[in-house]
Amino acid sequence: MDGARAPIKIHLVVNGRPSDLEVAPHALLLDVLRDAMDLKGAKRSCDTQVCGACTVLVDEMAVSACTYLALEADGRAVLTVEGLAAGDSLHPLQQAFLDAGAVQCGFCTSGMLLTARAMLAETPAPSREDVLHYLRGSLCRCTGYRKIVEAIMAAVETAR
Amino acid sequence: MLRPFTLHRPETAEEACALLARLGDDAAPYAGGTELLLLMKLGLLRPPHLVDVKRIRELGALSDGGRLTIGATVTHRALERSALVRERCPLVASVARHVANVRVRNVGTVGGNLAFADPHSDLATLFLAFDARVELASPRGRRELSLDEFVRGPWETARRPDELLACVRLTPQPSRAAAYVKFGVHERPTLGIVVALGLNGDGPEAARIQDARIAVGCVGPRPARVAAAEARLREVAVNQVDDVVGAVGDAAAEGVDPADDMHGSADYKREMVAVFVRRALRVAAARARGVEPVSRFPYAVVA
Repeated sequence: MDGARAPIKIHLVVNGRPSDLEVAPHALLLDVLRDAMDLKGAKRSCDTQVCGACTVLVDEMAVSACTYLALEADGRAVLTVEGLAAGDSLHPLQQAFLDAGAVQCGFCTSGMLLTARAMLAETPAPSREDVLHYLRGSLCRCTGYRKIVEAIMAAVETAR
Repeated sequence: MLRPFTLHRPETAEEACALLARLGDDAAPYAGGTELLLLMKLGLLRPPHLVDVKRIRELGALSDGGRLTIGATVTHRALERSALVRERCPLVASVARHVANVRVRNVGTVGGNLAFADPHSDLATLFLAFDARVELASPRGRRELSLDEFVRGPWETARRPDELLACVRLTPQPSRAAAYVKFGVHERPTLGIVVALGLNGDGPEAARIQDARIAVGCVGPRPARVAAAEARLREVAVNQVDDVVGAVGDAAAEGVDPADDMHGSADYKREMVAVFVRRALRVAAARARGVEPVSRFPYAVVA
């Protein structure tokens, strides 16, 4: 019943690639992704689960990697924005963001894309209201959201 | 950055309680971490031990045995999507759908939300109006407390250091029409109002209010029911609620204990309590009559 303070071995699949890691109990998923795995797509911004810039998917579920212990991802599949495209072909959401001009400074974009992907996995034909509800807590300080919502709705149309 | 800690992962409530009893104030129960890890990152909490309670099977269960039992580690998302909760207590599922944002809902738990006792919480206000009770487990056995007994003040509950919040229980009230309205411009709500109307059985238009519950959350140190406002609704016909909404709102505003903070001044909050009690009451009364009201208010969520 003694607890662990020393690093714990975890096995996870990151962007389709199986990885064995040793992480300290207090290691945050965001730091492991950015520093140990050199995946810089998820950003540290508010650090309080308010903004969505650090969003990654764990078993297709959106989480704030800034406030998520890395060891919670043990045995699970993690998707970051780096894993969204298939080789050289962009994910339909990425293409739709480009086409709609839904990217300005880009800092929120990886979180927006992954959040949208999680939503579409649950709700393949969302209404505009559904999109706005799901994006609550994903902050963009450039676009005013209109083009982001347009891009997601366009990706839904394309998928039909 | 988090400071190092020792992580414990008990499989049973008994093991968890034994750990909490042994470690005392050095340990914090950990589930979703959506509240706890934030304060640990800020250095405001520095527990050397975390007791992860997510492997305790009973804490993750949602079950219906007369009362609806919501295990402490049930996430907001699971509550939102549970067919059982939607059928038995639709407002609970609906409020869960609007807690914080989807990332918090995916990971954050009902028990964590209640045990943290942040005054700006949706669930505590809702559960207070619904007469929910929490069950605490400890090496000495189990005890049940009402929400009012459990939440003592800001970030303060009746949970003793060796106790584990096991579940919340509430009795579904199918004859009640209810609404939750919250308002705010920050991440956490500035205020949350529950109105639940217990009706006599005289059909949707002729029904009278027998038992009104009005709970106000977020403006005071803890959620509170406002008895004087509730009393104004006794024996009022649901199709005549419009005649008393002003008086009920005013009585609620007088009955709360708001504080100045970044959400606004005490006076402002008192005024908003009157406004939003009126709105929530109109929504609940419309639902009692079988009508879904048109209710779009700026910066507000209607559940």
